[in-house]
Order: sequence, then structure tokens, then C-alpha cells
Amino acid sequence: MDIEKFVQEFANQFDMVPAEEFTPETHFKENEEWDSMTALSIIAMADDSYNVRLTGDDIRTSVTVQDIFDIVVSKVK
Amino acid sequence: MAFLEIRNVAIKGVAACVPATVEENAAIPNHDAANLQKLIKTTGVERRHIAGNNICTSDLCLQAAEKLIADLGWDKNEIDGLIFATQSPDYILPATSAILQHRLGLSENCLTLDLSIGCSGYVYGMSTLASYMQGGMVKKALLLVGDTISKMCSPTDQSTYPLFGDCGTCTALEYVDGAESIKFHLASDGSGYKAIIVNDGGYRNPFSELSLMPAQVDTGINRNNLQLALDGMDVFSFGISKAPESVNQLLSKFDIDKEKVDYFFFHQANLMMNERIRKKLQLTEDKVPYSLKNFGNTSSATIPLTMVTQAAGNLQNGTNNIIACGFGVGLSWATMYCQTRNLTIPALITYE
Repeated sequence: MDIEKFVQEFANQFDMVPAEEFTPETHFKENEEWDSMTALSIIAMADDSYNVRLTGDDIRTSVTVQDIFDIVVSKVK
Repeated sequence: MAFLEIRNVAIKGVAACVPATVEENAAIPNHDAANLQKLIKTTGVERRHIAGNNICTSDLCLQAAEKLIADLGWDKNEIDGLIFATQSPDYILPATSAILQHRLGLSENCLTLDLSIGCSGYVYGMSTLASYMQGGMVKKALLLVGDTISKMCSPTDQSTYPLFGDCGTCTALEYVDGAESIKFHLASDGSGYKAIIVNDGGYRNPFSELSLMPAQVDTGINRNNLQLALDGMDVFSFGISKAPESVNQLLSKFDIDKEKVDYFFFHQANLMMNERIRKKLQLTEDKVPYSLKNFGNTSSATIPLTMVTQAAGNLQNGTNNIIACGFGVGLSWATMYCQTRNLTIPALITYE
């Protein structure tokens, strides 16, 4: 899996924030646009692109984009 | 894998009954208006029918059953089976199905059974009742399915309260020699039991005074332990993965041509989840009707309610190949395929 591609896919779930602003270290929950709907979009993206089922706890315990990436990597079949 | 094929049983009719009281989601008290609009857009739920304290799920199912029996012209003495699938029974015990046998004036020779099952309950209930009937000794039977989940939702929990509506339904099944078989895929994953749960009031966590203590769980989520707790992210993730998978498993197991299916009736969870499922299966909008807008998520009742309110015209006239797929609390999910012919479907009943 490619972290740069993942960061772009992650960033695409945000409507207002420019994609360039996202890096693996981004604390995504500090973004103003982050809410429960963005969370669902991230879950849908992981399902769509990687066939991975993220749980509520996966999202709740993650801080950075890298954290989510690592979980997805660990769950890819 | 739990696949079933049941022969010689046909659906004859479907009826649904909702409480008269309607609550508009745009006007829920103590909620921010902008937030409510956003919620309506994502969930697709604009209004819900609410039972209130003096109407039980069984009352709604009873009215649906009375009307359907009358429209079918069935003799009540010929009804040999009644299954009631719900998460909102009248009592902890006895089972509500026996009470319904009496209230409907059915014979003492009628078998009755309660199934404790939610969003997958219509399909699971159908598989149970049809299994009883396939031998040909039980010729006519009723599947009563419904819920009044609004009673369990905290008015100050925006993750549940604006979502759930109430409804009771009745589906009539008959033994018909040579009827095309009903095909099922049934599944469960108890590791996700906490994703949708009422924590207290059973025997794992008996009711105590602490059960009534409200707690701020998250922003916009304030509830006590007798009220429904829903992990929206877990349920979403589960639904978009398992519902399409189950449909595909059924299609492939029984070699069903997806293009020849007239309707796909999915459990009405919320619009965002349902649209994901539809797109994943590459289904066109006209084949996937929704009743979410005016009724919300009515738990086990969503599939028959959608049949009655969104597809009655076509289901009443001619032959239709339909798929129904329920998924949710348990976690439990189930899909069925069947052929319907000239169904008897009374107009939606309002319980006054």
C-alpha cells in the first residue's frame, strides 16, 4: 500500500479543505470539517478502495492519517 | 453456510400499520436547526410515525393482520401458524405471539412463536414460518413483524432519536403446491453485539435505579442504560460490507440472474448506508425503493413497509421476482429471493 495515495484518498473525503494540506502526520480530528459524516466517508473509502472494515473504535483511537493507514494495512487481506 | 431453499410456500399478501402521530425531523425540540438539516440530508429521514405510550408493536401488527385477513377472505379457523418477530414485545414474558393468537381470534390449534430479532427479522421470520409450512400440513399462516424502537430512544440522543419510526406489519403465507421455491441466505456475527444494544433491563444487567441515570456519552448523545445505544460507525461499516456480500452470495449460490430481479427491498437503515449498498451492487434506483423519507428506520418492519408504500401497484398486478435483505442488530443479516404473484396489499393503515 502506498501512503501518498492513501493520504490523497483520505483528503478527498473533505469537501472544503485543499488536499495539499494533508500529510501522514495530519491530526485530522482537529480539522473544522471533521464530524461523524466525514468519519462515515472514511469508513466507506476504506471499504471501497481496500475492502477493509474499519470499526468505530479504529476511528476513535486514531489521531493521525498515518494511524488510520496502519490499521488499514493490518486489515488488508 | 446457511442457505435454505423452501418449496411450495407462497406469499399471498402484505399489510402495514403505522401510528397516527407524526414527528417532523426539522422541528425536533432542543436541536440546532442547521444540524438537523444536515442530519436529514444524510439519513434521508424527514418524518417518523411515533407510537407513544399506549400503542404497542403488537397493536399495530394486529390491525395489519385483521385488515389483511379480511381482504384475503381467509377463514380465521384455517390459520394454523403465527410468528411474531420483534425487539419490542408486550412483556418480558409471556411471548406476545400467544396473546396475538387470542386477540385475533385464531384457533387453539394455531402454533405461535416469538422471534427476538430486529432488522434482519423479516427474512429470518419468513424462513422460520416457511420451514414449518413446506410439508403441507400448515396451510395458512401469518408472519407478524414490527417494532416500536422510538420508545427506546433518548430524545437527547441525535444518533438514534431522529432515525427510528414505528410500524407493525403482517405477511400472509400459504402452502401452494408447485410454487417457486423461496431461497435464503442467513448469517450472524455476535462479536458485534454491542454495536446496537439496550444494556439494562434483561438478566445480564438487571434493571436498577442506576439504569435511569442519564449520561453524556458524546456530543449530542445523552441517554440512560435503558435506552438504545448505537455505534453508528460500526453499523455503517458492517452494513456496507455484509449486505452486498449476502446478496451476491445468494445470487451466486442459486444462479439467479440479477437483471431479472424486479425489486431489491433493503432494510431501511439510513440513506447514506443504503445508497452505498445500492451502488456497490450496481443497481438502478428504480429497482431499489426507499420508505425512509416518511417513516425512518422502522427496524424489522422496513422491508414489508417499503413493499406496501413504494411498490404496491406492481406487486398487486402480475409476477415479480424480488430480493429482500435485512441487516442489523445481533449482528444478524439475511437475504431472500422469491417470486410473488398478484399480492393482496391493502393501503397503508393508520392506527388511531
